[in-house]
Amino acid sequence: MSEFQPKILAILCNWCSYAGADLAGVSRIQYPPNIRVVRIPCSGRVDPLFIMKSLQSGFDGVLVSGCHPGDCHYLSGNYNARRKFAVLKPMLEYVGIEPERIQFSWVSAGEGERFAQVVSKVTEDLKRVGPAKRLVKGVA
Amino acid sequence: MVKMLRDTVRKLFDEKKVDMVIGWGEGTLPLSATPVFIENADEADTLIWDERCSNNLAVYLTKDKRHLVKSGKKIGIVVKGCDSRSLVLYAVENQIKRENLVVIGVTCDGVIDIKKVMKRTEGKEVLDLRIGDKDITVGGRGFETVVAKKEIISDFCLHCAHPDAPVHDLFIGQPRPANEKADVYKIVDDFEKLSADERWNSMVESYSKCVRCYACRNVCPSCYCNECFVDQNDPQWIGKSPEITDTLIFHMGRNMHVAGRCVECGACERACPADIDLLLLNKKIAKEISERFNYEAGLDIDEKPALASYCENEKQDFIMG
Repeated sequence: MSEFQPKILAILCNWCSYAGADLAGVSRIQYPPNIRVVRIPCSGRVDPLFIMKSLQSGFDGVLVSGCHPGDCHYLSGNYNARRKFAVLKPMLEYVGIEPERIQFSWVSAGEGERFAQVVSKVTEDLKRVGPAKRLVKGVA
Repeated sequence: MVKMLRDTVRKLFDEKKVDMVIGWGEGTLPLSATPVFIENADEADTLIWDERCSNNLAVYLTKDKRHLVKSGKKIGIVVKGCDSRSLVLYAVENQIKRENLVVIGVTCDGVIDIKKVMKRTEGKEVLDLRIGDKDITVGGRGFETVVAKKEIISDFCLHCAHPDAPVHDLFIGQPRPANEKADVYKIVDDFEKLSADERWNSMVESYSKCVRCYACRNVCPSCYCNECFVDQNDPQWIGKSPEITDTLIFHMGRNMHVAGRCVECGACERACPADIDLLLLNKKIAKEISERFNYEAGLDIDEKPALASYCENEKQDFIMG
């Protein structure tokens, strides 16, 4: 049987990480094709429900990426996001969901190389953890 | 205690310091107290204060009672520690004006969880109730039991950090300092020691009892959105049937919405008809916020809720390096 290929939702902020992903593309840097990208105006736009809902609808993992602290286009969006994630991640872990499934990173528009590394890391982690079984509708 | 409370309220009316006082009165059943809205000094004698007064009275300033606040009346309100924290939260969130309130604190040793009493009487109807210092005598048709207060006090009260109103104008009795944090969050520490499988199975077992009546949300003083995310159809955040993943997302979503705003009154758990252990998830978030951001909801009127503020150089160990 072929190796497990995780399905990953990448929620990327318009100003930094999305541009970082674009740079990785135009620079022809190779990274795993496991991500599905959703572009959002700011990482502060991410509602914890987005993340729980995507796990429920069958994604094996969710990566949220925004601008580095201090670089937010809207000045404080990523700081507010950071506080939300600081509570969300431990909570999901607490109910028994593997911590690898919810990942956060800061990637700037100039860090195409880094974006590729982040996606590779998340993909490797999820291949190790295996397919999502918890919180998936119809499975558990 | 009760006499002091009634005298204080009477005095407030006589001095014209309040137009209305919200407190607890005798309920229709022996185990319950009911909220009363007093508009003159003569009615002060309907007030009671004991372990039955479990309602968080702060909810009567928001939700469908918002007109009380909008009328600009001076409102006196009798509060336990948790209720007073709700009032502070409302003031921080611009729902009420602090100067329009007269907050009357009462010393609280926890309130009765009726479900726990019913378990003790094996479901038999309680017709008679006598409250002593350490124990409570409940009687009914053909039985009488003496129960220690500690055994029928609500779980949230057993893990209460601030039993006495941290913010008040008047206080009946002597306010005591906050409880030790280690005791308050012990159940969370114990649950964290379990393996991920055990935690997940335990959560599924507990929450699969949920019938999604939303009583926890309706009774919650911090849940006063005009339209709750569970009632939205477009986008529909959670399915309408009591399916376990939807149920868990409802509870986790609600917990995220009240994260840093929850005053830990336990109204949700006492309202739950399915007897779900809501304390466990709730305390985890309170612990996380208290440890990370050194913040507890409803203690300081000048401090913003933890998730509505930020600090530039804070720990971000959960973010990929």
